[in-house]
Amino acid sequence: MPHDPNTTLDQWADQSDYKWGFVTDIDADTLPPGLDEDVIHIISARKGEPEWLLEWRLGAFAKWKEMAEPAWAHWPDRDWRPIDYQAISYFSAPKRDEDRPKSLDEVDPKLLETYEKLGIPLEERAALAGVAVDAVFDSVSVATTFRDTLAEAGVIFCSFSEAVQEHPDLVRKYLGKVVSRTDNFFAALNAAVFTDGSFVYIPKGVRCPMELSTYFRINQMNTGQFERTLIVADEGAYVSYLEGCTAPQRDENQLHAAVVELVALDDAEIKYSTIQNWYPGDENGVGGIYNFVTKRGLCAGHRSHISWTQVETGSAMTWKYPSCILKGDDSIGEFYSVALTNNHQQADTGTKMIHVGKRTRSNVVSKGISAGKGHNTYRGFVKILPGSDDSRNYTQCDSMLMGAECGAHTFPVIEVENRTAQVEHEASTTKIGEDQIFYCNQRGISSEDAVSMIVNGFCREVFAELPMEFAVEAKALLAVSLEDSVG
Amino acid sequence: MSLLEIKNLHASVEGIEILKGVNLTIEPGQVHSIMGPNGSGKSTLSRVIAGEETYEVTEGSVSLNGKDLLDMDPEARAREGIFLAFQYPVEIPGVSTKYFLRTAVNSIRAHRGLDELDAYGFLKLVKEKAAWVELDPALLDRPVNDGFSGGEKKRAEVFQMAMLEPTMCILDESDSGLDIDALRVVANGVNQQRSPERGFLVITHYQRLLEYIVPDVVHVLLDGQIVRSGGKELALELEAKGYSWIEQEVAAGA
Repeated sequence: MPHDPNTTLDQWADQSDYKWGFVTDIDADTLPPGLDEDVIHIISARKGEPEWLLEWRLGAFAKWKEMAEPAWAHWPDRDWRPIDYQAISYFSAPKRDEDRPKSLDEVDPKLLETYEKLGIPLEERAALAGVAVDAVFDSVSVATTFRDTLAEAGVIFCSFSEAVQEHPDLVRKYLGKVVSRTDNFFAALNAAVFTDGSFVYIPKGVRCPMELSTYFRINQMNTGQFERTLIVADEGAYVSYLEGCTAPQRDENQLHAAVVELVALDDAEIKYSTIQNWYPGDENGVGGIYNFVTKRGLCAGHRSHISWTQVETGSAMTWKYPSCILKGDDSIGEFYSVALTNNHQQADTGTKMIHVGKRTRSNVVSKGISAGKGHNTYRGFVKILPGSDDSRNYTQCDSMLMGAECGAHTFPVIEVENRTAQVEHEASTTKIGEDQIFYCNQRGISSEDAVSMIVNGFCREVFAELPMEFAVEAKALLAVSLEDSVG
Repeated sequence: MSLLEIKNLHASVEGIEILKGVNLTIEPGQVHSIMGPNGSGKSTLSRVIAGEETYEVTEGSVSLNGKDLLDMDPEARAREGIFLAFQYPVEIPGVSTKYFLRTAVNSIRAHRGLDELDAYGFLKLVKEKAAWVELDPALLDRPVNDGFSGGEKKRAEVFQMAMLEPTMCILDESDSGLDIDALRVVANGVNQQRSPERGFLVITHYQRLLEYIVPDVVHVLLDGQIVRSGGKELALELEAKGYSWIEQEVAAGA
């Protein structure tokens, strides 16, 4: 039906054929399942978006309808049930406080035990467990302190929705410039229906005065399943951004299709670290999140530098290839990854390094750990374009297997169109053997400590890239994720 | 009380019985040696004492200072004082030897009610004990046994033994693959650790090692049973006559 973007949501709901039972308190409501243009109109109207953004969404949606869900992934040992996109609700307001636990006493003790093991600071546990924040601690004051510090430096760090309102020119200039709205099936879906996410802008010559992490962890709960992040580092700027958290996050949404775009101008550097620990499903492979994410960075400027570091231990299925387009001369792209699959988890992850500019360099270190019946796939693409003189890539891809029922798979693709390029690919596969565990046991070390020691040793090059406190948490996370995986 | 007491020990792997009633008692301060042909069960015995789960104990008992070992996990046995110097020490890529050993030392110290060793105390101990087996301390920054030569592995095992200060040391063919100089170094490292409280069980094919580590008792293990025990001269006799001589005697006696 034709739609006037100026119509308020209430009016729109009234004239629609649907009887949604909308009441005045729209904040607490959830759209019924289903996806069509009307839903996109509602999302956009609900967020008070400008016309161009609505058009942008609708364009993505039109294209998405013509696209097919990708089927190329390698999924041994898991029945792929196509996702019913009409069964998903595309707008879900945050839970009302009265529906949440009132205090930590009402939270599942097992969850709290895990937080304890991971060393999550006490004040963050409540927020992570979904306790109504105001009931526990004053997050507003924490957030305000951070905000003041950032504002002094001129850094913009806010929710995506807020950025659309407050910094529309910046958003419009960069949105979809790295991952176009029709880049792939899930990116198109995200473009059509994303509800929120984060926006970061670091002005010229500014070094962001803090890791954008703690703040993020407290404030980015419930951003929904279609999250969108845009980070722009202007000339000579630097930012280190941390997404996610080691604590197991509960979420009823099965599909997560986020998009992250990074833009680094001349001499800028962006360090993006992720710890992903979404619900992996139970030990029989029932349930769990599908994590289908598009992450890409554009080294637009000369001597710019983008570095992706990820520790992926959660989700039932992960498809994720944080990539770099090295457009500026002398730009650098890096990808450091640890992906761990246990029970029936499947992770298909890797990177693309596209060398466009001259003397560009990329470095890829991928560590896949498979335990139980888990499968890990490394998928890499290195391309050196004709104009990219004297460029270099080094890829190291290591797999570790625990037990006899897991798998590791590697699909590296290298395309070199310039004779001056140097491209190296190294791969190894190791197995944690019972003999190694026994050897450790014989020296008085428990099996759990032994596994944790061996796995951490295997991952040390990647952990070295994480901000310090997260490296510590990541180690604990791997140990917890592998509990009971050795007999 | 005896240090190690093994009574009528039967053990099998994948349904095949390897140990068929081993009896062995080691007193504190003693060095016992076990010799025997290939396949007689020497390595199995060492691994059963250490608690490797591949082996199923079907009968008998093993105790250390009166405590039942068979009920314990391998790490608990190690903490109680069992140390096995492996014939083929495994490599653990990515884990530095120092880090590995510090974890081991501290888990054993915790069991003994001692404080954790701090970095300084640990490195001091490392320096002292590495000298016993003439081990290049630079090796200890490398991953556990990773890229070590055969000789370095054997020396590293004896070095680890010195670091962990066990009460019952089992050496499984610590002489195999060593040239005479390396053999002397390894034996010297072991001899430095002899004490009135500590017991040793030295498994070897060759009398040669026993010239350097002089045993109090020598046992011959044949087809899963100790068929003869004697003084160090028994080793010399075996060296001269081989095992078939004993096999025949045992067969005749049966």
